[in-house]
Amino acid sequence: MGRLKVFKKLVKDSIDISTHGTRKYHLWMAFLTAVMLAGMYCYAIQLKEGLVVTGMTDRVSWGLYISNFTFLVGVAAAAVMLVMPTYVLHDVDFKQAVLIGEGVAVAALLMCLAFVVADMGGPSVLWHMIPGLGVFNFPNSMLTWDVLVLNGYLFINITIPFYILFRHYQGKEALSRVYVPGAFLSVFWAVGIHLVTAFLYQGLQARPFWNNALLGPRFLASAFAAGPALIILVLSVIRKHTDFPLPDKTIKKIALVVTVAAQINLIMLGSELFKEFYAPTHHSESAYYLYFGLHGKHALMPWIWTAIPLNIIATITLTFHKFRNNLTILYICCFLLFVAIWIEKGFGLIVPGFIPGPYGKIVEYLPTGIEIGVTLGIWAMGAFVFTILARTAIGIETGKLRLKS
Amino acid sequence: MSTNNKKWFSLNLTNKKKQAPSSGCGCGKSEGGCGSHGQQTQQRKDGFDQVLGANMDRRNAFKQLTASLLAGAGAVSTACSVSSSDTAKEKAQIDWEEQFKGNYKLMTEEEKKSTVDRLVRKHQLKTEDTLNMSSKSAEEDVLFGYAFNISKCQGYMDCVSACVEENNQDRDSQMEYIRIHEMKDGKGLNFGEADDNYYHEVPADGHFYMGTQCFHCDNPPCVEVCPVQATWKEPDGIVVVDYDWCVGCRYCMAACPYDGRRFNWKTPEVPQEEVNKNQHYLGNRLRKKGVMEKCTFCIQRSRKGENPACVEACPTGARIFGNLLDPNSTLRWVLENKKVFRLKEDLGTDPKFWYFMD
Repeated sequence: MGRLKVFKKLVKDSIDISTHGTRKYHLWMAFLTAVMLAGMYCYAIQLKEGLVVTGMTDRVSWGLYISNFTFLVGVAAAAVMLVMPTYVLHDVDFKQAVLIGEGVAVAALLMCLAFVVADMGGPSVLWHMIPGLGVFNFPNSMLTWDVLVLNGYLFINITIPFYILFRHYQGKEALSRVYVPGAFLSVFWAVGIHLVTAFLYQGLQARPFWNNALLGPRFLASAFAAGPALIILVLSVIRKHTDFPLPDKTIKKIALVVTVAAQINLIMLGSELFKEFYAPTHHSESAYYLYFGLHGKHALMPWIWTAIPLNIIATITLTFHKFRNNLTILYICCFLLFVAIWIEKGFGLIVPGFIPGPYGKIVEYLPTGIEIGVTLGIWAMGAFVFTILARTAIGIETGKLRLKS
Repeated sequence: MSTNNKKWFSLNLTNKKKQAPSSGCGCGKSEGGCGSHGQQTQQRKDGFDQVLGANMDRRNAFKQLTASLLAGAGAVSTACSVSSSDTAKEKAQIDWEEQFKGNYKLMTEEEKKSTVDRLVRKHQLKTEDTLNMSSKSAEEDVLFGYAFNISKCQGYMDCVSACVEENNQDRDSQMEYIRIHEMKDGKGLNFGEADDNYYHEVPADGHFYMGTQCFHCDNPPCVEVCPVQATWKEPDGIVVVDYDWCVGCRYCMAACPYDGRRFNWKTPEVPQEEVNKNQHYLGNRLRKKGVMEKCTFCIQRSRKGENPACVEACPTGARIFGNLLDPNSTLRWVLENKKVFRLKEDLGTDPKFWYFMD
């Protein structure tokens, strides 16, 4: 049978398994579809009226979209923390989780691209950015680097699991000499996507809040905490609702990754706070605004003072083996950590970069309903894509989905 | 004073001389005769040709086809329809060509002219007004600069309103390129405590005024970061935006340390009778939503040898505009005889905008 025919059958089987399921599954997918539709409606309004329907202004010109984009690049990069032990270090305990991790990465990358497109003023002329067809300002603009690395990473993360699943679907063993080079590449690439995304901000001399050498490493540390934390949560759901074999050992090993990354992240946070507040300069104003408010304006204070305690509590709890090995506590901590880093790296990083403005003007930013609607829609899209990918992968891995010849 | 003793020594003033041969031919002549001039004319394809005539592999071809199909479907259906009027067809044809034209920076003179013609015709079809739009390039041996006299400015903001009228800015959102900062005497240049949004009689007691706008940096960070080269520095030093090439990512806005850039958050609206019809492609032509814009030193005026609108409107003479390469210009006199300074020089942006006091 030709490969194309097998592929056709795989797609058909995948659609089949994605459209059939328990009542709960159907409710979940219906819910996601409804949120996506609402998001598309909001986006249609934004397309018609322009970005004026968002809370962004000339003073704070990036907001919720770019915040989510930044955070999700980290989630995508985190798949490497599962890929490396499985394919490179041959740790069998990770083997079951890695396909799920890669699925999360694919969904996160699609969400990243969607957030960038949602943030564009002229999506109809985005072809100007296609290398060869438009004018690609490479290597000067870090944004062009980001376009390259994100799409490259998406390609790697689609092809490797696809190859493995495609072989397993036909009842064949996946050949390690085919996919291991790709896995090696993806390890470096993952670090690359997040460092490049950090450089996007780090390279701007106009914004002292971002223009610091720690931003890149801190991005990596927080990503390797938040990403695997999300994967643990996803695995817990999969364990509960499917018969996909996931031993406790796997989850506990990922939990160790989360813990170490969260600890490093906390050290870096301490270093950052020390630098901003021990000998505050003119350049510390954004940090002052973020943590304590400036001239009576303090819209971000509730956010950051939610994030910091959550972060500290979760990290300290995870540090103790006894707590970490209790799965219920682990899930709660992972959730807290995920939320804390989402705030810190999204809102807490992007918005204060613009406040105070280049001449000290403080104009605050709050997202509008339409912005939130589009954001929720994109998150729902990510969850939708992931559910379909995971269902197919689990079907193949548990042997339910096999090529019938 | 000797001309070598320039206060703007860090600017790359020899730029032009280096560039001159590169725009022509290696032989240094423009008439031809060295044999390599024939190829020169074909080298740069742009506009419609840049896209449709480009060598492309199958992948690119597919990408482009999908893009064109989506965007062009509407245009084509109008253009091919028997029932549509001729003007509707012409408009559809113009829209199609405008959608797929290239980056202005890379266009030949001919292509620049044809896109300007299309835009003028489009406006004519829409409003029956005839615009006078120019695509004039930079003159040789011109590098524009600006000086601002802090002692003279009284905060009248005539420059701001003249700028808005001259440059066809959106009236609704009150977009302004210039900001006048009202500062307290005795506090020095304290931007943090300054007010750039005052509504009271000026000059207010115990205050002085300072204007900011795009400084047309010689090393502009905004140009570096643009992913599609929709913004660049012209040979006469003006930093411009191709409004039709901009994708609206606002990265340049984040990169600008001087708050010099503005974004069209909605469709800009200028009442038809208030539209300034003397336009330049890179200057004050009507913008659309979702693109960046900024001060261009009124490129439509300055390239004709006139002063920008803000300079002309200023009742106090606080604003001085001129050619940095002309040793007899007022601007050069100011730079050589006054204690001038620039903002945020530590960032290495090299603004071509100086402040001084009497």
